[in-house]
Amino acid sequence: MSLLTPDFGLLFWMLLCFLLVATILGKWGWPAIVGMIEDRGNYIEESLKKADEANAALANLKAENEKLLAEAKNERLELLKEASKLKEKMIADAKTQATAEANKIIENAKESIQLEKDNVVKEIRSQVAELSVNIAERIIRGELKTQDSQIDMINKLLDEVNVAKS
Amino acid sequence: MSQSRNKTISHFAKAFFAMLFLLVGFSANAVAAEHDSEEEGVDLKEMIFGHTGDAYEWHITTIGETPISIPLPCILYGQNGLDVFCSCNFGHEGHRVEYNGYKIAEEGNNAGKIIEVATGERPWDFSITKNVLSLFISCTLLLVIFLSIAKKYKENPRSKPTGLQALLEPLIVALHDDIIKPSIGKNYKKFSTYLLTAFFFIFLNNILGIIPIFPGGANLTGNIAVTLVLATLTFILTNFRGTKEYWLELIWPDVPVWLKAPIPLMQFIEIMGVFIKPIALCVRLFANMFAGHTMVLILIGLIFIFGQMSAVAGGAISVLSVLLITFMSLLECLVCFIQAYVFTMLSAIFIGMGQVEGHEEKHK
Repeated sequence: MSLLTPDFGLLFWMLLCFLLVATILGKWGWPAIVGMIEDRGNYIEESLKKADEANAALANLKAENEKLLAEAKNERLELLKEASKLKEKMIADAKTQATAEANKIIENAKESIQLEKDNVVKEIRSQVAELSVNIAERIIRGELKTQDSQIDMINKLLDEVNVAKS
Repeated sequence: MSQSRNKTISHFAKAFFAMLFLLVGFSANAVAAEHDSEEEGVDLKEMIFGHTGDAYEWHITTIGETPISIPLPCILYGQNGLDVFCSCNFGHEGHRVEYNGYKIAEEGNNAGKIIEVATGERPWDFSITKNVLSLFISCTLLLVIFLSIAKKYKENPRSKPTGLQALLEPLIVALHDDIIKPSIGKNYKKFSTYLLTAFFFIFLNNILGIIPIFPGGANLTGNIAVTLVLATLTFILTNFRGTKEYWLELIWPDVPVWLKAPIPLMQFIEIMGVFIKPIALCVRLFANMFAGHTMVLILIGLIFIFGQMSAVAGGAISVLSVLLITFMSLLECLVCFIQAYVFTMLSAIFIGMGQVEGHEEKHK
């Protein structure tokens, strides 16, 4: 039975062909294919790693940015606060100054008014005095035309003085 | 979306089954044509060995009385020195003639082979037989496929694999990373060429073997010569590329002294193992592929055996046969892959056993 006895011709051709194919593929086939697959695998792995790193860096950057932003906001707030404080102080200062000035002016005005008033009063007094003297003179002149009336007058005045004394 | 995909899949399935039936029909037709011409009973054994064995021409079919086959060159070195001629000189199956002092033996140990008429001896026979032509075709296919893929990898490194490259890449990666690397260890690079080539050689030839029409149909991996060469290569790589520790383990294994000292019991077992391992490899692949082909041929043969009894019986059994053959062919598709995988895996493991390192072995 030829089933189990290997045929020499086929054995020969098989060995030749298989070794030829293996040699050719071993030189130009498998190393290229397997090498490229490995290379691509490494490349993908590396790329993923790099992407992860980049993501981490980006997240860092973002956090930093946020921090900076928060700081800037704080600073702005503080500046605004300070400015408003300054404003208030300035207004207060201006107010006190203005009040002081106004007070001073009022004082001056009061003083000058007093002065004027005094002057006026003095003048009025002197005028009233003059006027009353004149009037009195005229009245007295009118009343004291008679002797009797002169004596009555003197008495009256004397009484008055006495009343005042007692 | 998924519905249309399902539809496409079912279309594919239909087309696939239609093709399978067609192919089965084809092979049945080929066998039928061959045996209708003979008036006597169907010789199942003859048919099976005719289809699974080697031949000097590639028989395709027989129409009426004329067989249609591709004649192949005969290359002989014998009584008249080197002889190269066409196998058509021997006539056709059933009408054999002598040529140039040679003939195709009809019976005896060399039945179906070329022998010298005068002595009855076999000459040195380098003929391009059906199996050899199939070998050439598959080797050419292997070279074309893998060199083109390699070119694609070189031209577009780091890009997404497409086409054939995408189909074969997972296989290559699975073999390389999951079988070759872990089985052999750090020296895997020296052996990966052989193992990858062996896997794809066996797989391609298995697949070609179950296609019943021309470029396929030869039972190459079901031929003991082919599996013998492959197993011998594994044997050579295992033993002659083995480490010092591997040989030490064979001659003076790490077992109690009485097992190895006066009577070399362990040595005997170990050295037996060295030869049994490749023989098992050789026979396993051969027997599996041969058995698959034989099963299909027997099922086809059934149609004709029953057909001889009565047309009704033949018709009835043909339905059953075609169903069974379809099932067998699907099973064979699986076996084609599994056998290639098993051969490669076991070869890798055997080669890996030859690559033991002293320290590792002692720590075990």
